[in-house]
Order: sequence, then C-alpha cells, then structure tokens
Amino acid sequence: MRQFDAIVIGGGLVGAAIGYGLARAGLAVAMVDEGDVAFRASRGNFGLVWVQSKGLGAPHYQRWTRLSAEEWPGLADDLAERTGISVGLEQPGGLQLCLGEEELNKRQAMMEQMRREAGNFGFEYRMLDHDELATMLPGLGPTVAGASWTPYDGHANSLNLLHALHKGFAEKGGTYLPNRTVGEAQAAPHDFRLQLGDETIAAPKIVLAAGLGNAKLAPLFGLSAPVRPQRGQILVTERTARIWPLPLGSLRQTQEGTIMLGSSEEDVGFDTGQKPEIMRNIARRAVLSFPWIAELQIVRAWAALRVMPPDGLPIYDESAQFPGAFTANCHSGVTLAGAHANVFAPMVAAGMLDPMMAPFSAKRFDVPAAA
Amino acid sequence: MFRPRPDAPAATIAVEVEGQAVTVPSGASAAAALLLAGLATIRETPVSGSGRAPYCMMGVCFDCLVTIDGVGNRQGCLVPIAEGMQVEIQKGKREIGR
Repeated sequence: MRQFDAIVIGGGLVGAAIGYGLARAGLAVAMVDEGDVAFRASRGNFGLVWVQSKGLGAPHYQRWTRLSAEEWPGLADDLAERTGISVGLEQPGGLQLCLGEEELNKRQAMMEQMRREAGNFGFEYRMLDHDELATMLPGLGPTVAGASWTPYDGHANSLNLLHALHKGFAEKGGTYLPNRTVGEAQAAPHDFRLQLGDETIAAPKIVLAAGLGNAKLAPLFGLSAPVRPQRGQILVTERTARIWPLPLGSLRQTQEGTIMLGSSEEDVGFDTGQKPEIMRNIARRAVLSFPWIAELQIVRAWAALRVMPPDGLPIYDESAQFPGAFTANCHSGVTLAGAHANVFAPMVAAGMLDPMMAPFSAKRFDVPAAA
Repeated sequence: MFRPRPDAPAATIAVEVEGQAVTVPSGASAAAALLLAGLATIRETPVSGSGRAPYCMMGVCFDCLVTIDGVGNRQGCLVPIAEGMQVEIQKGKREIGR
C-alpha cells in the first residue's frame, strides 16, 4: 500500500489545478486519472476566463468567479516560471453581443440585477450600442444591437493550461496515476483507501474532482454531487490575422488566429455526437454578428459535455461523515482554475473549507425539513 | 528549377503570379503556376515569417497557402487555374473583415 498526504481523483482541469495547488503547498499528492476514455471537458471547452454572466441570483458565485479571475495572472506567471509553458492568458475585459433590441434589453436588465446583488462588492459594467461597438469590431453585422461589457473577462489557451498544471504537478513531486478507474474505496475519518487494479493507495485527505464521475463517487465518501452532462458544441475556423481586441462571449479568436464559435446547451446524456441543426444555429448567429465569418473555412468542430449541477452553480463540500473528504464540481474549469489552485487547494491543505464556501455545499439540494 | 513534363499540354492559359504574367497548361493548379513562375518562396509563415514553397502538391501539407483572387489561405495545389486568375504571395495570416 502506498501512502500519500492527499489523493485527488480526476486529472482534468479541476483535479489538476487542485492537485497542483496541493503539491505546491508541500503535500505528497497522488492524482488518479481515468485516461483518454474519460469525458474530458478539459479538452473540449471554449477557453474563456469568463466572469460577467456568472452568478445571477447567486452573488457568492460572482464573487468566487471574480476571485478566480484575480488569481489567474499569478497562476499563469507561476506556471510559466515553473514549467516554461505559456497559458496565453489575456484579460482585456469581454463583450457579450446581443442580436436585436429584445436581447439587448434583457441583457441590460440582467447586468443591472447583477450590479444590485453585488452590493458593496461592486460590479462594473457598461452597455454599448451598435455604433460604439462598430468602432471596435470591424465588419460588425447590422443585426447586432449592442453588447454588455465588463473589465473582468478574458481568455486563455486551456490545452496549454492543462499541460502546464500536469507538468507543474510532476515537478513539485506529485504522483500521476493515469489509466486508473477507481474500483473499491474505503472511507473512514482522515483515512481513505482506493483500490486501483492490484494496487492500494491511501491518504488522510481525498478530493473528488472527477467531473461527471463525481455523481457516483461522492456517496462512497458521505458526499453528494448530483451532476449531469450538458452538451455544448463548438466550430473552429481557419487562422486569420488578429481582428478583435477582446473575447466576445460565444465568439473568440485564439492567439494562434483561429476563431472559435459557440455556444449551445443540450441535454442528451453521455452523447458527444454533433447535430447539424445545432452547428447551423451556431454558424448562423456568428454570421449575423459578423457577415465576413461566412467567408472563412470551418476546419474543426466537436462536442463536449459540461459538468452541470442542478442549479448551474459549482459544488464544493467537505464530508461531515468522513472528515478529510472534499468535492469540487463545476462547469467552468478554465475560469475557476485560479481559485482552485490558489484558494481551494490551500483550504484542503489546511484541512477545512473556509466559511465563504458554505453556500456551495450540496446540502442546498436537500429537501428542507417541514415546519 | 521546374519544367513541365514533355507530355504536358501546351501552355495556353494566362494567369498573373505576383503581378507577373505567366502562361500555364490548362488543368494545372495554382501551385504549379507558382512553380512555373520561378518564385523561390510563395508564402511567409504566420508565426516566424519564414519562407515556404509548395511541397506535397496533393492537398495534405498546407505549405502552398496563397491568396487567390483576393482570398487568403487557399491551398494552391487544389485550385485549378483559370484565365486571368491572380495568385499572390501570402505574408503571415489571412486578413479578413477589414
């Protein structure tokens, strides 16, 4: 039996960010990863570090997302220094384009609600009309009525981020255990054992960061993670010269020059196939926003599964039954990487979650006791 | 450096390569016209700006990306030439939308 200070189940962006944070804090960490058979949202995402639409009616989620966006530059510098890998972070703010007046009015109402709910924490935003946008965005389509802007948004190369987190983890002495599916698990307070094939590993701390796999794993550790898959589809164009100064929500141009087109939401179970009508809608919206996009070749397209809790907000929890067991579940593994590595991992290293994490507990899904 | 094969049809189609008039056999590709024009390199890569020439001539390597009739990122080896076609060196990434 191999003994560690902490085990992280999951080697995607959430697991790797937490594993990296724990290894950097000096813990002997094992990161157990399912391998290429996993539903890997970390390889199918859009690459946004996106803040402006997060947490309507849930200001604690807006604060957590903002905290992560603030931690991002430090994490990016740290990874660059330690691993030599640039994660391509840019945080110039972001625009969400609105097609038609109705969309724009709804967006404005939403942004104003976000500002009210933020209270003293503040929420800086601005609505831009078509004419102002047209001065920043060449070839803007006439259908675009306007956009919302906040200074908090950005984007990054999420594949490089995953690579850098793994490389940094290994360099800090972490033990990566790929191609392992968790079989049997034994839980006791501060004593967790996993059977991985013919090997047993043990640690006083365990973090469940297995994305959609958490739904089945969590009950083994006295936790709950009722996440379901939500499919999103993406189209990618050929490379062109840099044209936009900032990411546009469901449109962004990578540093390499490709333009990524999203986004969609479908409930289709564990199906990563693509549907022409969804792809058509994504393309139509993109071309309405910028007619010149129709001249570009689409060179890649794919679908991936978001890890979606019932209310869309992340789940972070610690087990009351088995202290030392934690969960981390979200659909924003890129945006929240800064918080996972720099804020959440230190809480796990210290042995308990900060009270600021209480609203993210899965207890919020329990039926309240009758009065 | 390159010569047409002895059995190639006669050069009858006039195209413009970097502003220079070139006559090429019908059925030839834009990449073949570039080679016949004698250019040493036909594009500059987007990242390092280094020079490239057509290589595989069968649509695989993407090293013959050129601007054809004003449209960038075209695979020269896959585009048959047409009378009056304008083929230009592409420097860096394709420009669009401006």
